[in-house]
Amino acid sequence: MANTFPTPTGRLRPPARWGDRIFHALVGAGGFALVLLAVALIAVLWSGSEPTSSRYGVSFLWRTQPWNAETDAYGAAPQIIGTLVTSAIALLLAVPLSVGAAIFLTQQAPRWLRGPVAQVIELLAAVPSIVFGFWALVVLVPIMRYQIEPTLKVGLGWTGLFSSTPIGLDYLTASVVLAVMVVPTITAISRDSIAAVPRDQREGALSLGATTWEASSRVIVPYARSGIFGGVVLGLGRALGETMAVTLTIGNNNYLPVSLLSQGQTLASLIANEFTEASGKSELSALIEAGLVLLVITFLVNVVARFILHRFEVSGGNRE
Amino acid sequence: MNYLMSAFTGLTIVVILIPLGSILYTAIVNGGAAVISPGFFTESPGLPCSSSSGQTCHLGGVAPAISGTLVLISLAALIAVPIGVSAAIYVVEFGRNRPLGRFISSVADVLSGVPSIVAGAFVYALFYAYAPAIAFSALSGALALSVLMIPVVARTSEEALRTVPNAMREAAVALGIAKWKSTLRIVLVTALPGVVTGVLLSVARAAGEAAPLLLTAFGNPHGFQGLNLPVEAMPLQIFVFATSPFANWKELAWGMALVLILLVLGMSVVSRLVIQRLAARLQGG
Repeated sequence: MANTFPTPTGRLRPPARWGDRIFHALVGAGGFALVLLAVALIAVLWSGSEPTSSRYGVSFLWRTQPWNAETDAYGAAPQIIGTLVTSAIALLLAVPLSVGAAIFLTQQAPRWLRGPVAQVIELLAAVPSIVFGFWALVVLVPIMRYQIEPTLKVGLGWTGLFSSTPIGLDYLTASVVLAVMVVPTITAISRDSIAAVPRDQREGALSLGATTWEASSRVIVPYARSGIFGGVVLGLGRALGETMAVTLTIGNNNYLPVSLLSQGQTLASLIANEFTEASGKSELSALIEAGLVLLVITFLVNVVARFILHRFEVSGGNRE
Repeated sequence: MNYLMSAFTGLTIVVILIPLGSILYTAIVNGGAAVISPGFFTESPGLPCSSSSGQTCHLGGVAPAISGTLVLISLAALIAVPIGVSAAIYVVEFGRNRPLGRFISSVADVLSGVPSIVAGAFVYALFYAYAPAIAFSALSGALALSVLMIPVVARTSEEALRTVPNAMREAAVALGIAKWKSTLRIVLVTALPGVVTGVLLSVARAAGEAAPLLLTAFGNPHGFQGLNLPVEAMPLQIFVFATSPFANWKELAWGMALVLILLVLGMSVVSRLVIQRLAARLQGG
């Protein structure tokens, strides 16, 4: 216990002066406010969703009828599906890119290149969501609509995943934008995880005759896999909550999807799209309930991610 | 195979950098002219017009949005920084390695993952229940932004405070300095670069958030008119203008996007310089 600050233990308590007492109370209030914020978040959203939650109960989560303010009928299933599917596809696209980039940055890139490139990738993380959405609307959507989606429809149409008419605003485009937004997060954490792998693992593999790629793929990445996995789950948490970029690219359609090229809606884009025109307490409470559902989902994902990362750090990366 | 995979990993970097380059390029090409036009920072947006209608399009500027953003992030910082920094001080100075301290730290961690739209919905629901008249106001907008800022400030301040060597705290105790004095005037001052970096980063993030403001600040053609009235903000205005069919509005939107990108870039550079100076100072003395 050599490095602990000599805080009062109950036996060796120095006389507390009034300045210290006030200070302790003030900063304690700050800590309390933080916890209060978390509690209030859940409590306020819970009570705000009141008329709707008592009306539908848990079935709100699986009612598939499209969101209809006129007939006062709400259900979040299409949006939950939208949220999960876009995030899943985004991860599918982002993880190979991110892990590949992380491997490049830690194993192959010349030393002088590593820092700058890593920082540039992190810059991508700082670009505001609305700017991503705007860019996607102007640059990505036309490319998707006129080049990529028709090609996918022709080449992979047999899978049935691309049966809708491509207009560029759909699940696929939204997933691509999400992937771009999530890559920096996963890359950064994967990079840290791979860098934390002990040198002798790599040197041992190389001395046994492995190529750089074999050393990376069969020794280093597996060693770092829980850290990388934690980063992936963290990226998932980000993708689930992303609003503006998705709102501008997913097509604002509350029906169940038919294909990857269907227009759709996520929980976040639902709130963004419907809120400003929400009529009356009924729809407002339904939207707030959607927000609560989203909060719970992202909360669970983030807790799992931090747990995985914490375990990875604590065990020093060695799980066997 | 080895060369193939090496090429693949190098390719991933290129693929990742393409969107970044594209965003920068598009913003500069579409918004550069607007940003350097004389009235961009001082005028209100011009009336909506499309280039095909033949009338001369007045570009105008985004003064209401800029002033609105400044008001919102200042107010949000005023709320978030005291709460975040005091929570961090409590965790590191009073709760280190104790259950309560770890709990507060975990709560901050989890809160930093709250989606921005949910923060907006929370503040809106709060106001709707207790003060519906000002549900759409600069105050509610600032509160929504502060919900997003508090966890970031708390976590980065906590990290910064942890890097301060314990020897300093022990020396202060040995000299008989009261804890509140030593914490504020020695520990916090030493950690200040890290804390300031965290604050700047959270401010940069808040400046770019549109989703929470959709449900709270709501937008206003006149800029800041009072805490109790709706207010415009850059990300909000980008959202409205980007989805409109009017050429001059879209150009203004790109101008604002460029401003936001430069702001974020500037913050990253500044925070990196600050961290480097901090590292140098801690090693040097």
